[in-house]
Amino acid sequence: MDIQVAKKKLGLKERYALMTRGLGWETTYQNMDDVFPMDSFEGIRIHDWEAWEDPFRLTMDSYWKYQAEKERKLYAIVDAFAQNNGHLTVSDARYINTVKLFINALAPLEYQSHRGFGHLGRQLRGVGPRVACLMQSLDELRHAQTQIHAISNYNRYYNGMAEFRHHFDYMPYLQVPRSFFEDATAAGPFEFITAIGFSFEYVLTNLVFVPFISGAAYNGDMGAMTFGFSAQSDEARHMTLGLEVIKFMLEQDPANVPIVQKWLNKWTWRGVRVLTLVAMMQDYMLPKRVMSWAEAWEIYFEENCGALFRDLERYGIVMPPCVEQVRKERDHLSHMAWSQFYQGRGTNDFHTWLPSAEEMDWLSAKYPETFDRYYRPRFEYWAKLEAEGKPFEATGMPMQCQLCQIPMFFTEPGEPLVLAQRHRHHDGEQYHFCSEYCAEIFDDEPEKYIQSKIPVHQIFQGKQFPEGTDPTAEGFNPGAAVGAFLRLDPASTGNFVGSEDEANFNMWRGLTRSND
Amino acid sequence: MPVNALKPYSFPAEDAEANFHGARLVYVGWDRHLMFATPYAWPLPPDLPFAAMTQGPMADAFSQHPDWAKIDWAAATWTKNGEAFVPDFSASLADNGIIHKDSLRFTTPGLTGIGGLGQ
Amino acid sequence: MTRAESSVFLALQANADTRELVEAILADNPHATLDEQPAMVRIIAPGTLTVHAATVAELLGRDYDLQEMQVNLISLSGRVDETDETFTISWAR
Repeated sequence: MDIQVAKKKLGLKERYALMTRGLGWETTYQNMDDVFPMDSFEGIRIHDWEAWEDPFRLTMDSYWKYQAEKERKLYAIVDAFAQNNGHLTVSDARYINTVKLFINALAPLEYQSHRGFGHLGRQLRGVGPRVACLMQSLDELRHAQTQIHAISNYNRYYNGMAEFRHHFDYMPYLQVPRSFFEDATAAGPFEFITAIGFSFEYVLTNLVFVPFISGAAYNGDMGAMTFGFSAQSDEARHMTLGLEVIKFMLEQDPANVPIVQKWLNKWTWRGVRVLTLVAMMQDYMLPKRVMSWAEAWEIYFEENCGALFRDLERYGIVMPPCVEQVRKERDHLSHMAWSQFYQGRGTNDFHTWLPSAEEMDWLSAKYPETFDRYYRPRFEYWAKLEAEGKPFEATGMPMQCQLCQIPMFFTEPGEPLVLAQRHRHHDGEQYHFCSEYCAEIFDDEPEKYIQSKIPVHQIFQGKQFPEGTDPTAEGFNPGAAVGAFLRLDPASTGNFVGSEDEANFNMWRGLTRSND
Repeated sequence: MPVNALKPYSFPAEDAEANFHGARLVYVGWDRHLMFATPYAWPLPPDLPFAAMTQGPMADAFSQHPDWAKIDWAAATWTKNGEAFVPDFSASLADNGIIHKDSLRFTTPGLTGIGGLGQ
Repeated sequence: MTRAESSVFLALQANADTRELVEAILADNPHATLDEQPAMVRIIAPGTLTVHAATVAELLGRDYDLQEMQVNLISLSGRVDETDETFTISWAR
C-alpha cells in the first residue's frame, strides 16, 4: 500500500531564495574581488550580503507571466488608439507639446536607466540585489520601448519628435536630463543605485508620474495614460528596491551613513533641478490643468517623503538641507522656467505660447504669493508685444550653470528680483553655478564637471556646425548652421500659435466633425 | 576633493580659453530686468573696446527693453563675479581686466523695469 | 514630543480587474481611506496596510494570487513585505 505524502509547498520567500540566491556561489579559483572589481572603491562597506532582504519576490516565471500580461494589454490599447486617430481626442493641440517633452527628455532616461541597472546587475556582489537590478534593467528597456512605440503615433502627425535620439545628445535643454543621468552612470554602483533607485525612483518619481500621466488622463490622451500606467506598475518594485538598498547600506556599517547622506543631498538637489521641466509642463502646458506644481510638491514630497525621512532617522539620516531652498523656489520655479522657454523658443523642439487671461487667473489662484507680483507683469507685457506684431524673443545665448546645465534664470531664494549666481575656481579656470547646492556638488568632484559640454559653450567653440562647415566663409549664418547640426526642424520651433501643428490639428479635427 | 575612481582620473577642462579660437567668453546680466530670463553669453575678442560690447552684442540683446534707450551709462554700476567693478569704456576688455568666463552684472539706477516691477 | 504618524498608500489603476481588490482592501483595513482620481485610486492608511489574498478570492469567487496585483499597481509608499497570503506595506517595521 502506498502512503500518500503531501508534497510540502515552499513559501514565497523560500521559493524566491532558492531561485535567486540559491544559484549564486563564492568563486574558488578566482578571487571574488577580481570578479566584482567595482563594488568597494566608493567606500561603502558591506560585511554580509546575505543580510539583503529581497523586496519583491517575483521569480522569473512570475515575472514573465505578469510582464507579458501588461504588454498584451498595453499594445492592444496603443493599436486601438492609433487606429482610431486617438491624437484627435486630446483637449487641445497645445497638449501634444507635453508628449514632445516626454519623448525628448524622459524616454531616453529610461534607456539610460536600463543600461545603468544592467551594469549593476553584473557588478554588485550580492545575488539578491543583482537579480533585482537585472529585472529593473529589463523593466526600463520595456519602458523605453513602449514609450517610443506609443509616441511614434504622434510622430506621424506632429513636429518635434522625429529626431529625439539626436536631440538628446545635442539639444541645449536636453543636456539637463542627459547630464543628470550621465553623472549617475559615470558614478560607482552604490552611488548609481542611491541616485536613481532611491532619489529618483522613490523620492521624486511621483512628482514626474502624477503631472504627466494625470495630465494625459485629464487631456484625453489615452495612449500616454496607458503607457504611463504600464510603466508605473513596474515602479512599485523599483521604489521598493531603492528603499531596501538604502537601508541595507545604512545597516551594514555606520561608516556608510555619511556617504549615503552626501549622495542623498546631491541627488535630491540634482533631481529637483531636472524636475523644473515637469513643473513648467504642469503649470503652463496642460490645457486642462490637474493640479499645480506647488500642490503636487505638497502631496508627493512634503507628505510622502516626510514619512520616508522619519523612517530613516533611526540610522542618522536627515532630510537633505537643499529641501529648504526647494521650498522657497516652489512658487517661482515653473514661472521662471516658462519665461526662459518662451523667450528661447527658436531653439526648442516643442512649441511654447503665452498663458491666456483665464490661465493667468488660475496661476494667480494657485500662486497667490508670487504670480501677480513677479510674473504676470512680464506675461502681460509680452502679450502686448505679440498683439503689436513685435513678439519678444531672446537674441542672446543664455548663461548656463556648470553643474545642472540649466540656464541661469533662478533667482536668489528670498529675493525674487535678483538672479542668483555662484562662482568657483579650479585649476586656473573659473565656473559659474545657479545655486550654492550646484556649486557644492562641483566642489566635491570638480574633475568630473570641468569636462561638461555646456551647450552654449559648445556652440561658441564651433562644435555644433555640420561637418565640413567653414565659419569664415562669406555669408556664414551661425544660427542656421547650428540648426542644421541639431537637425532642428524650424516648423517644430517657436510659438504654438501660427504653427503647422495648430493648423493641422484644427483641420483634421474639423474633418471629424463635418461632412464637407 | 578628488574623484573616487578605480584609475587615475584627470581630464582637461572642456571650456579652456584656447578652445574658443581667439575669443574669450563673457557673460553680462542686467539687474532687475527679469524680462531677460538669464544673463547672456558671448565669445568676444579680448581687444574689443568695452563700449563696443555695450553698443554691439549687449544692445542686440537688451535694446528690446523700453529702459535700454534711457540708460545713463555714467550712472550705471557694475560687478564682476560678484565684486564691485568700474569699467573703462574706452579700454579693451583685456585692459579692463576682464578674463575668460568673467560674469558681469550691471544696474541702472532709476530704471526699474516694466511697470517699475523689476521685469 | 508627538510626531505625525506616517501614512502608507497603495495606488492602483481603477478598472474592472481592481474593483474587488479595492473592496477587499478597504474591508480588511477599516483605518484606510479611499482617494479617487481619474483612472486610478489611492488607498491611504496611517501606519500599516495589509492586503489578504483570501478576502480578494472570496469576493472574486476564484483563487487569487497576490502577485496578480503587479499588473495594476501604480505606486506605493512604505516598506513592503510579501508572502503567499498577504502583501503588507508599513512604516512601522
